[in-house]
Amino acid sequence: MSPGKPVVEIRGVTKAFGELGVLRGIDLVVHEHEAVALIGASGSGKSTLLRCIDLLEDIDDGDILLDGEVITDPSVDTVAVRRRLGFVFQAYNLFPHLNVLDNVLLGLVQGHGMPRSEAETRARELLARFGLEGRERDNPDRLSGGQQQRVAIARAFATRPRAMLLDEVTSALDPELVGEVLQAVRDLKEEGVTMILATHEMGFAREVADRVCFLHEGRIIEEGPPERMLREPERPETQKFLRRLLEAGRA
Amino acid sequence: MADAAPLEGAARDRRAERAAARRARSLRGGAIAATSTVVFLGVVAWLVFTSPGWPVVRDSFFDAEVFKETFPDIAKSFWLDIRVFLVVEVAVLVIGLVVALLRTVRAPALFPLKLLATIYTDLFRGIPTILLVYLIGFGVPALALGEAEDGSRPLDWLPTEPVVLGGIALALSYGAYVAEVYRAGLNSVHRGQRDAALALGLTETQALRHVIVPQAVRRVGPPLLNDFIALQKDVALLAVIGVTGTAFREAQIQTATLFDYTPLLGAALMYLLVTIPCARLLDRWERGRARS
Repeated sequence: MSPGKPVVEIRGVTKAFGELGVLRGIDLVVHEHEAVALIGASGSGKSTLLRCIDLLEDIDDGDILLDGEVITDPSVDTVAVRRRLGFVFQAYNLFPHLNVLDNVLLGLVQGHGMPRSEAETRARELLARFGLEGRERDNPDRLSGGQQQRVAIARAFATRPRAMLLDEVTSALDPELVGEVLQAVRDLKEEGVTMILATHEMGFAREVADRVCFLHEGRIIEEGPPERMLREPERPETQKFLRRLLEAGRA
Repeated sequence: MADAAPLEGAARDRRAERAAARRARSLRGGAIAATSTVVFLGVVAWLVFTSPGWPVVRDSFFDAEVFKETFPDIAKSFWLDIRVFLVVEVAVLVIGLVVALLRTVRAPALFPLKLLATIYTDLFRGIPTILLVYLIGFGVPALALGEAEDGSRPLDWLPTEPVVLGGIALALSYGAYVAEVYRAGLNSVHRGQRDAALALGLTETQALRHVIVPQAVRRVGPPLLNDFIALQKDVALLAVIGVTGTAFREAQIQTATLFDYTPLLGAALMYLLVTIPCARLLDRWERGRARS
């Protein structure tokens, strides 16, 4: 696949929480229509990196660019940047006081100032596409975890973001519910949505990602096409990580 | 399969046995509760009714004639309590929310207001309500009526009506309490909710307004209702700055005229008529939340 133009560019990004260096010099370019999977142990910095891209965390050093424009400059309007990105959280983070439809509408109507009727048409379309037709008026807590996460994906995608950031979107789910959420992500991939996903599902990374990056102690120490990365990793750390996953029956 | 039927029969018997045992247990429990209640109340009644002071108490607190004569006026006066309560309550809800939000926001430009909000809650929560009623009830009129040398009164726009001043004192005192209740509610909304709102492109203010405040308000319902009950009773405090016409004040006057304490019991009854339903409502509300 010939790379499109860069959508997200990460240059030498570092981030520490107190003394603890979580990101220790990350470089990564994600091109249009590309899906990049971030793999690595818990605490390797996958989630923090995604949160930094969405400006939910401040970075210490380096730059992050969105469509060629530096977004980590203190003078940048963070709200405007976030409007161009979609974020799906591990714990769904649906709004419990709003029904399914209103969860999807909030970003469109309040964040993007879209007229309600137009927003509602789009929200209903998306919910139907992710198999949630008829659940629009339900409260999130009446839904299964898999359904809740699909609502969260619809909510993040409703605003047609330039890139979707998916933070371990299946980690909180019962095993039998993982498939339906992965199907929704696959659906986005088929549409050519640019995405960066932190994941523990190696099978899924192999299927959806164009590229897999292995994070270890705050650095991307190895990256490549999923086939090679997951079958014949070069670095001993990557081999060890994948072997552990295999032993735990996750790969 | 030959012994299937007898086994079934045995299973049925054991089920019946268990049900009977459960019934017996709950009957026994009910009987014990009833007996101990009767015994306890009996002992208390015996202690009270046989005490040497009882005839005096009976005549001065439980005089049916006096009750019949004074209760209608007391009940009528309670209307003022209700009106003061309602007005103050609305003010308290607004003050509480504004102060709580000021204490929660991070914008540096709002820091002076944040500091002010912190001082306000510390101060007004720390002073007894009755003292505040005195201080504001007598202090503000003194400010308003003080004359300059040329005879002008620069602060004469300040309210001097005791009922207004008393209401302000109550609102300030309870506003500080309710602000802390709201603040606890705001802090209890998970951080992920704010993240999700911001990630959707909402501003901090929009996130507060559409996501955090609505959830916080829902959570603090029961503790707020608790403070409402307390406020409802504390309207009686306005009597100390000469507010006339509340149920308590009316009962006080009747008591002083008739040399009989029965009117006070009439006033107590009026307060209970409001606070007990509130308390039951609160219980139901909390049970409902515990279930969900």
